[in-house]
Amino acid sequence: MTTTTAEPGTVAPVKQKKKSDVQGSGRLAAILLSPTFLVLALVVGYPLIDALRESLYQKNQGLDANGFVVSGDKFVGLKNYTDILTGANSHAFWNAFYNTTFFTVVGVIIETILGVAMALIMHQAFRGRGFVRASILVPWAIPTAVSALLWRWVFQADGVANAIIGHQILWTTEGFHAKVAVLIADTWKTAPFVGLLVLAGLQLIPAEVYEAAKVDGAGTWYTFRKITLPLIKPVLLVAVLFRLLDVLRFFDLPFVLIGAHKDSVNTLSMLAYDEANNLRYGPAAAYATILFVYVALVAYAFVKLLGADIIGDARARKKSTPSKRAKKGSRTIREATA
Amino acid sequence: MASVSRMTRFAVIAASVAVVAAACGGSKSDDKKDASGGSGGALTGRGPITLATGKDTSGNLQNLVNTWNQQHPKEQARIIELPEDADAQRQQMVQNAQTKSNAYSVLNLDVVNTAEFAANRWIAQLPKDQFDLSKFLPAAVKTGEYRNNLYAAPWKTDSGLLYYRKDQLDKAGIKEPPKTWAEMQQDCSKIKGFNCYAGQFEKYEGLTVNFSEAVNSAGGQVVDDSGKPNVNTPQAKQGLDFLVNGFKSGMIPKEAISFKEEESRRAFEKGNLLFYRQWPYAYALSNKKGDSKVVDKFAVAPLPGLNGPGAPTLGGHNLAISQFAPNKATALDFIKYLTSEQTERANLIASSEAPTLASLYDDPELQKKFPYLPTLKASLLNAKPRPQVVRYNDVTTAIEEAAYSALTGKSTTDQALADLQNKLGQLITP
Repeated sequence: MTTTTAEPGTVAPVKQKKKSDVQGSGRLAAILLSPTFLVLALVVGYPLIDALRESLYQKNQGLDANGFVVSGDKFVGLKNYTDILTGANSHAFWNAFYNTTFFTVVGVIIETILGVAMALIMHQAFRGRGFVRASILVPWAIPTAVSALLWRWVFQADGVANAIIGHQILWTTEGFHAKVAVLIADTWKTAPFVGLLVLAGLQLIPAEVYEAAKVDGAGTWYTFRKITLPLIKPVLLVAVLFRLLDVLRFFDLPFVLIGAHKDSVNTLSMLAYDEANNLRYGPAAAYATILFVYVALVAYAFVKLLGADIIGDARARKKSTPSKRAKKGSRTIREATA
Repeated sequence: MASVSRMTRFAVIAASVAVVAAACGGSKSDDKKDASGGSGGALTGRGPITLATGKDTSGNLQNLVNTWNQQHPKEQARIIELPEDADAQRQQMVQNAQTKSNAYSVLNLDVVNTAEFAANRWIAQLPKDQFDLSKFLPAAVKTGEYRNNLYAAPWKTDSGLLYYRKDQLDKAGIKEPPKTWAEMQQDCSKIKGFNCYAGQFEKYEGLTVNFSEAVNSAGGQVVDDSGKPNVNTPQAKQGLDFLVNGFKSGMIPKEAISFKEEESRRAFEKGNLLFYRQWPYAYALSNKKGDSKVVDKFAVAPLPGLNGPGAPTLGGHNLAISQFAPNKATALDFIKYLTSEQTERANLIASSEAPTLASLYDDPELQKKFPYLPTLKASLLNAKPRPQVVRYNDVTTAIEEAAYSALTGKSTTDQALADLQNKLGQLITP
């Protein structure tokens, strides 16, 4: 971020600039950015730290002689965490952990494949393309809780889903079918999101590349694998990363579609919510912290392993040569005209 | 670069430390205040008040408040609408109490939440002698009490009823609706082509209601009179077995496991259900021409039980005064106004919501308008509250868990009840 502010003044050689600038513009940048950091500290840092603090406490649950709750928190150290991971109710945590991971892995794979397919279709020039694009986006525009209600209608005992398969499955009861119902509803809602991002990536690929491939006699599949996929990779990875982070926090869809306290679809967020709802803020904060760490680890691993280089993009841009930058400029122009 | 990041890092840490320190300090002083603030204290102060209530589905609440406001220009009441969902209502009220906000004066509290709010000192004790409690339905009064003190005045009540297809029973020559489960099964065997019985068996509060009803109707108790859990008994087993065997034998259709109130109402209105357990609200809806195929074909009766009439579960709402509200004297008057005979009568006529005053059920004029009133009163006199415990949310979750696993065959009735007894023992501190 700081580098971009320095960029306009790239007249002097880089090395010299660094030496002479450190005192003046560095401090200025810090001053100018401090409001941003202050806001970030308030809206991101403070809740995080407070959740961490909270997770080390437990509320008193006991009653005094007159039946009143003994108020006050007591410091319990890491007890909330050990209770969650190894205590009497640890099976609830591990079950939710498994569910969350299952939804994340299976859901994101399905959504990605379908999303790419959607993008490829939307990218084709055909009549009514604008209409198709708009209609594919409708599921994404519907609030999750509302779409969960819609799907509950579909999946109820005498609903559309059972009418279509001609066999009564009680989708919202415990069992693997509940997971399937959640996956279907989630895919319906979020595959368009992946599709839209990938479509943006597709539109950046110059037509000449495909023409060249055609001239060289490459088949459709080969073209897709060797040209389309590598060129949309940066966009696709961002889309997948967003979806990963989203599904790891999965709450509203299983909660509304299947219901609370159902082992088949309970996720980590739902456990945290449940604890908070029962006024046990300590364990709730501990669940939330564990989920936060899990999300952070997955995001880090994803960025490291697959090179979804979101921050690095900026770094690369700074280093890029003028010619590259020019190319990018022409690309953005194309994008604008497309 | 380096200096910048070091500086910002310092700034971030400094800012967050300052904020955290402030927050800690704040909560500590709050705790102290909380410890000293006792339950007693007179209800004093007059002036404007608010009524925090779930979404008013009756459409009549504003009229009641308007009438009050005309009579009390200096003590105006204002409605604050909370979400329709009971869980969300409780959440908002709890949050309001935890921040000790004075935004809510009078709370329209679900009957199951009295104990939690009273034990946490979130609501003020009400003077028993200022309400003529003998005029109210005794079971409804009980839901407003915690440890024999009154914390919430009974306002609206509710109880499960047996809806049955009168046309089919008449056709089969059955004169009276069943009084016991055995009679009900007999009736079902005489009438072919129908599902026999349903209720609300999805894993949610409704399952706790239906489970408690079954247990109470078999002579058992979920929590006994001294406040101890008491579900590992032969009576409770007979109650739960009625439901479990019902699912096994097909007396209860298997999709009923996914029924909430609306799903069961739809199943009944589709016309292939002979008996079902439902709240009174469905009476008017099922008689509305349109989608319902049972218009004028059904009637209601008290729920059947094991050896005689059953014991339905009590629903409804009570009015309580927030501990943190100013103008508590006005709030008390407002509650007296809402629970007065005149207001409850007007509200019944306008909204068909069941009142808590016993005399209204015997009023011939009202009975003409609401033919189910005598049945409802008979039900209400038999009705039992759900467990009145401080940690109600945990308790109802445990009950749902046990009942659901028994109904779906995941565990035996004995196992489910033994587990539940054990769980409730941990959750309920006598």
